[in-house]
Amino acid sequence: MITRFRQIEMRLMGPLTMIPIVLCLVVLGTIAALPVVATILSELVADFVPAGLQRLTIVVLGTAGFVGILALNPIYSIWLERKVAAHVQDRLGPMRVGWHGLLQSFADGVKLLFKEDLVPRDADRVLFGAAPMLAVASAFAAFAIVPWGVREDGTVLAVANLNIGVLYFIAITSLGALAVLMAGWGSNNKYALYGGMRAAAQMVSYEIPTAILVLVVVAQVGSLSIPDIVAAQAGGILGVGDWLIFQLFPLNLIAFVLFFICGLAETNRTPFDIPEAESELVAGFHTEYSGMRFAFFFLAEYGNMLLVSMLAALLFLGGWVGPFGSNPLLFFVKGFGLVVVQMWLRWTLPRLRVDQLMGICWKYVIPISFFLLVVTTVIKGLL
Amino acid sequence: MAEHRSPVDGAPLVTLYDEELPPDNSYAFSPEELEEDEMILNMGPQHPSTHGVLRVELKTDGEIVKDARPHIGYLHRNFEKHAENIDYQGVIPFTDRMDYVGSMGNSLAYALTVEKLLGIGVGERVAGIRVITAELQRIASHLLAMGTYGMDIGAFTPFLLCFQQRERILDLFEWLCGARLLYNYNWVGGVSHDLPEGWTDKCRRFLDEFVPVLDEVDKLLSHNKIFIRRTADIGIITPEMAKDYALSGPNLRGSGIDWDLRRDDPYLGYENYDFDVVVATSPHGPVGSCWDRYFVRVREMYESVKIVRQALDRLPAEGDVHENVPRFVRPLAGEAYCRSEAPRGELAFYIVAENKKPIPYRVKGRSPCFVAMGLFHEITRGEMIADIIAIIGSLDIVLGEIDR
Repeated sequence: MITRFRQIEMRLMGPLTMIPIVLCLVVLGTIAALPVVATILSELVADFVPAGLQRLTIVVLGTAGFVGILALNPIYSIWLERKVAAHVQDRLGPMRVGWHGLLQSFADGVKLLFKEDLVPRDADRVLFGAAPMLAVASAFAAFAIVPWGVREDGTVLAVANLNIGVLYFIAITSLGALAVLMAGWGSNNKYALYGGMRAAAQMVSYEIPTAILVLVVVAQVGSLSIPDIVAAQAGGILGVGDWLIFQLFPLNLIAFVLFFICGLAETNRTPFDIPEAESELVAGFHTEYSGMRFAFFFLAEYGNMLLVSMLAALLFLGGWVGPFGSNPLLFFVKGFGLVVVQMWLRWTLPRLRVDQLMGICWKYVIPISFFLLVVTTVIKGLL
Repeated sequence: MAEHRSPVDGAPLVTLYDEELPPDNSYAFSPEELEEDEMILNMGPQHPSTHGVLRVELKTDGEIVKDARPHIGYLHRNFEKHAENIDYQGVIPFTDRMDYVGSMGNSLAYALTVEKLLGIGVGERVAGIRVITAELQRIASHLLAMGTYGMDIGAFTPFLLCFQQRERILDLFEWLCGARLLYNYNWVGGVSHDLPEGWTDKCRRFLDEFVPVLDEVDKLLSHNKIFIRRTADIGIITPEMAKDYALSGPNLRGSGIDWDLRRDDPYLGYENYDFDVVVATSPHGPVGSCWDRYFVRVREMYESVKIVRQALDRLPAEGDVHENVPRFVRPLAGEAYCRSEAPRGELAFYIVAENKKPIPYRVKGRSPCFVAMGLFHEITRGEMIADIIAIIGSLDIVLGEIDR
């Protein structure tokens, strides 16, 4: 049976599937090489480009590299998610396209690209079209302030090294709620509307504790700049002792857990995936979306997942500092480790109800966050 | 107006109206009757978690459901009328398609009814095989209920763990009779195939390996805090309500009423087996909640394992499963009603026979899911949209049986 199926599949799909796979391999290689090339080029151009353009060139190349990573992120995140889900559920997951299904997401992406772009007849075409773009834009724009390391000479590896980085993060992530609301309203579908309204309520509510928990960190470090926050966490026992999560035990540990919970809620992941609760609202706010517009929401979702994980790693887990000194690789390991934790939770836990979700936020998370803010500030003041 | 009367005692069976009934749309909600902020939400028949093709109309105010009305009939296949034109044995495949995830129970109930009509019994080996298959079917059906219920609440993983075990039961059935879903296994007076060689060993091995997996899934889902908060205080069916609406099976026992036909009106020698009737104890809230109904099913699986083990031990080594199968089924004029404990509750058939005719005059199925749908509007009023899904899942309905 399987053999026959395979033969039919090969006969129908064989030559055709090879084209996107080869194309994707080329694109994959190019994109993955971009940050490396950008770094090398930035070293080289320093000698050739006029002094005035030097900074601009580095910014352009660095941005291109990081956007490349972000565009690629959902593709390997979806593969990772499917593998994590499969192994949690005692099965194999994608195995056919590429080694252990590594190219499955590329094949899916190509499929989504070729799908018909459907817009419901009664939809608000402007909002319907703008929502996926805004979702992706807000997810990607927030990455501008995510630094991934410091060079020997003190240059921060980031698209923009803002001195108010965390403030920018809080501001930009709020746009995501707007995109979901637009998608829900613009689809002119009752299920989408429910999804949009739930998402708006949920994301706006959980932004409050997120901001307060960021303030807990800021109050202890005394800076809004993320590189400064990371620098304050260097050193200690085994190189991990001064990570914020281990300071003022257990206050910062609680803050980290709460921050991660708020992150789950803001990215609409289980147990807080209420806006797209499949068993209740069909597909929630993206019920009417198909093809590439639908893929854009996925891009945004996985972008947000990575963003929240990276922020948690930067604020509480020491970013790129750790037992082996300062290393960008360490930062990516921490970030993706937390992404895997998000996936693990998704495939383990049931979903909360919308009133319980809001109850958790307003009755527990916000008061505890305020308490943490007050206590850490007082302790810091006394020390 | 044409009256159909029983050929036995002349009692009216069903009344058919010649004139066309006036169109009556009062059952559906009309947009005019909506108050401010209210909205009609149509859930189904194509919806991921209405368990088939149930359509529910909800009158909502935000997330609160003011009123809910189920619309059934999207899977109506006219089984009862078909049965009036087919010989007695030929009806069995139709009964399989009623509750299509618990086929063994359906054909068993029908076969028992026809046997009662004919006044024949079955041998010990056939009775043992029927008990084994019926209980395995109960486990498979409850596994499906448990897995899909987890999925309704948002937990995806228990579903696949349950389905792996269900597949193993289907494999056993496939080995037994060649079919995986609709078996046509219980015949009038016997079963279609004897147990193949080695089947009992494989069945025992399955039971040994199944119990630890069930423990694991139970730990993963049943006592999860989120799961309990989602299910333990919604969809309350009080014991009085359960009696008034004639619920049966796990739904009735989930309301704390100790009633199981296998013990209280035994058939197939169930009185000789040692098992407990599972009744909800409701540690997490008022009795009769969704969690109670769910947990009754989970614990019933352990009891079924006990019964299958005993049946396997007692199964006579020799015996012809076709020994009592009648060559012609031509009962004398009469009627028979026989009920049995199917996975979803009290499944019964009522058959009226004309004298020495090979086809039944009337076949009526009493479906536990249809009865359970009767109180749907009562327990959903005032709950939230997410709870509607939880309540539908906890009633464990199969639309094939409701619509027939």
